Amino acid sequence: MKLSGWGRYPTHNVRESAPRSIEQLQEFVAAGSAVARGNGRSYGDSAVSAFNTISTRHFNKMISFDTQTGTLVAEAGVLLGDVISSFLPLGFFPYVTPGTKYVTLGGMLAADVHGKNHHLEGSMYNYVDWFEIIDASSKMIRCSRKENSELFSWTIGGMGLTGIIVRVAIRLRPIESAWIAQTTVPVKNLNEAIDAFENNLSSTYSVAWIDCLSSGGSLGRSIVMLGEHAHESVLDDVQKKTLFKHVDRAKWTLPVALPRCLLNRVTVKVFNAMYFRYGQKTKGTRLVSWDSFFYPLDALLGWNKIYGRRGFLQFQCVIPLEKSSEGLHELVTEISSTGGGSFLAVLKRLGESAGGISFPMSGYTLALDFPVNGRNMKLMDRLEQITLQYGGRFYLAKDARMSKSTFRSSDSRVTDFISMRENSGMNQNFESMQSTRLGL
Amino acid sequence: MNKGNVLILGARSDIAKAIAHKFAADGYSIQLAVRGMSDMESYVSDLALRHRVSVTTHEFDVLAIDRHLSFVEGLEELPVVAVCAVGLMGNQSESEENVASAIQVMRSNFEGPASIFSHLANCFEVRGSGTLVGISSVAGIRGRASNYVYGSAKAGFSAFLSGLRNRLSTKGVHVITVLPGFVNTKMTEALSLPPALTAEPVEVADAVFKATVRKKNVVYVRSIWQLIMLIISTIPEQIFKKLKI
Ligand SMILES: Cc1cc2nc3c(=O)[nH]c(=O)nc-3n(C[C@H](O)[C@H](O)[C@H](O)COP(=O)(O)OP(=O)(O)OC[C@H]3O[C@@H](n4cnc5c(N)ncnc54)[C@H](O)[C@@H]3O)c2cc1C
Ligand SMILES: NC(=O)c1ccc[n+]([C@@H]2O[C@H](COP(=O)([O-])OP(=O)(O)OC[C@H]3O[C@@H](n4cnc5c(N)ncnc54)[C@H](OP(=O)(O)O)[C@@H]3O)[C@@H](O)[C@H]2O)c1
Repeated sequence: MKLSGWGRYPTHNVRESAPRSIEQLQEFVAAGSAVARGNGRSYGDSAVSAFNTISTRHFNKMISFDTQTGTLVAEAGVLLGDVISSFLPLGFFPYVTPGTKYVTLGGMLAADVHGKNHHLEGSMYNYVDWFEIIDASSKMIRCSRKENSELFSWTIGGMGLTGIIVRVAIRLRPIESAWIAQTTVPVKNLNEAIDAFENNLSSTYSVAWIDCLSSGGSLGRSIVMLGEHAHESVLDDVQKKTLFKHVDRAKWTLPVALPRCLLNRVTVKVFNAMYFRYGQKTKGTRLVSWDSFFYPLDALLGWNKIYGRRGFLQFQCVIPLEKSSEGLHELVTEISSTGGGSFLAVLKRLGESAGGISFPMSGYTLALDFPVNGRNMKLMDRLEQITLQYGGRFYLAKDARMSKSTFRSSDSRVTDFISMRENSGMNQNFESMQSTRLGL
Repeated sequence: MNKGNVLILGARSDIAKAIAHKFAADGYSIQLAVRGMSDMESYVSDLALRHRVSVTTHEFDVLAIDRHLSFVEGLEELPVVAVCAVGLMGNQSESEENVASAIQVMRSNFEGPASIFSHLANCFEVRGSGTLVGISSVAGIRGRASNYVYGSAKAGFSAFLSGLRNRLSTKGVHVITVLPGFVNTKMTEALSLPPALTAEPVEVADAVFKATVRKKNVVYVRSIWQLIMLIISTIPEQIFKKLKI
């Protein structure tokens, strides 16, 4: 069957299986060159193996929930969205969430995902008590900070290359309400955006949307959004009645790939202008639903087809704090002068790193989409060079095209990861198209 | 908001699981009837955690027809809805060579489900309410060389459901015949099915739930199948018998 990541590039003709029991899963792993596939929301080829892609879709059961500690034990194929719909009504929300709820718990651990609160509360790693994994010898073992702690640390962020996670114990956050007090701060340029982040480090959630087409004095004009879980006291009567309400928003589905010409410099410019005018209008603080705050894109199912048949690439890097301002200016200047048809870029302040090979580090991360074409491939080469020059690194969950040498020079931990895989035999049993490309 | 119980026979099937979640999400308690309990624990915890409803399990073998009455009498509470998802596709060529396995397919898809529904129907009739949902198949609409053993049993079950509906229509008991086309489940895992004609188990569950609420009689899953079967049933036998479909 044909498989790709969320970016629909690259696409490979591969074999996928969907075991239903631990024993079946162990048999598949023993066959070698395996990689787990959760819900396929990584953008590139992380969840695709040429010979042995193993879907976790039948490992989708919740096992227990402790309302005292907020600890959920569940199988790795459970979707984050189902965790929310099950436990929001009890007053719990995930500590860490990516920008879509259509990810599996296994995928969240494997990518050590970060959310809008990373600067303050860190990544998924911090909220995992333990997990059970089928390792390189096809045995199921439990890993925690105390038990098999090395494997624990390499696995969270290890992009499926250390084994197949089957069961996880994670902690959820008790909240007072599901409403988010959102503060919108429009800023004129990149420096102001960075100032806004640095002045609001105590905000639980912060993120900015950058207009990558503006230049000159308004290079990097942005809308910075801050958020807090609203206290019950600030809610009106209607909102109080819906403290933890889980409402399914209306969803739209994009049925077919749109023609490529729809996205061009003009349409994107118009869109961005509209977006920023809207941002100006909604300046200040207001209450918004958790769904629209965390998951604006989930309202359009299959939005990945917007970029046409050839698919799209996402670029996401992080630049260390002390060089962030310089590095970001150079990146945004490069993007604005090429204008590869990206809607908006997301800018986010990150905090300390956690897992053995996890992406986040203290600094600023920039993420944006590009339709696949030759010009954008070259642009991404240049963005990678700029990132390397400022000591930054790249998020594997978004990567579909990086070269071995770029990845190696971005991260000194890579050689340790490779030798750990070799010594334990993981390199024989676990392999994705991405790991082959990057020589992991 | 106790809405009563939904009994799911053959609850381990992928279609049955989707149906269990659909009704549990609406606040019904769930009675899961399966043969063998070994892997049921996580299934039960999952349903209960996601939907905060009561979930019970019940040992049930559709072929053990002499135990069907005591099975129904043994239920702590008579369900308001009973769904039969039990089915056995078997292997057509094996059914041809080995008549015993053909008979097993016939009994699993017709005799057994009809037996358990007969007992439930009698109880529902006495109570004067309830809904019986039989999962039959489009394969029962016309026998084809490639799977007529399975198809004939489903045809029997469909006719049984239609008669039952007729009998109980004035007694407050409603009977629904579900006629799925291809569904992506364990039963069809090894086959390569055309995606446009293949429903996901949740689509069957949605259709069953809607049919229960709206008291529909016969439901297809993915309406294209109604058209396909209309065409298939109008082909003259003279031509049909020579076709390879
Ligand atoms: C719209 C959108 C917004 C996003 N926003 C963010 C964000 O804000 N922050 C962020 O960090 N990420 C973000 N992501 C990326 C996403 O969170 C990650 O790619 C995540 O890993 C996807 O989970 P999945 O279940 O779809 O995994 P897949 O894409 O199927 O797999 C991803 C990786 O996890 C591995 N994996 C999956 N399941 C297991 C398992 N059971 N055991 C071992 N390995 C496993 C796979 O092998 C693969 O390497 C976003 C993605 C999208 C599409
Ligand atoms: N999949 C399709 O394309 C399709 C199309 C049309 C109709 N259907 C019908 O849909 C229903 C559900 O099937 P499915 O697709 O979900 O496949 P499935 O997973 O094979 O489900 C069939 C279920 O029947 C149970 N069963 C078989 N013999 C039994 C017995 N003697 N006693 C108790 N239970 C028994 C099986 O139990 P165990 O788990 O214990 O084996 C299994 O859970 C069936 O009636 C099937 O005929 C399916």
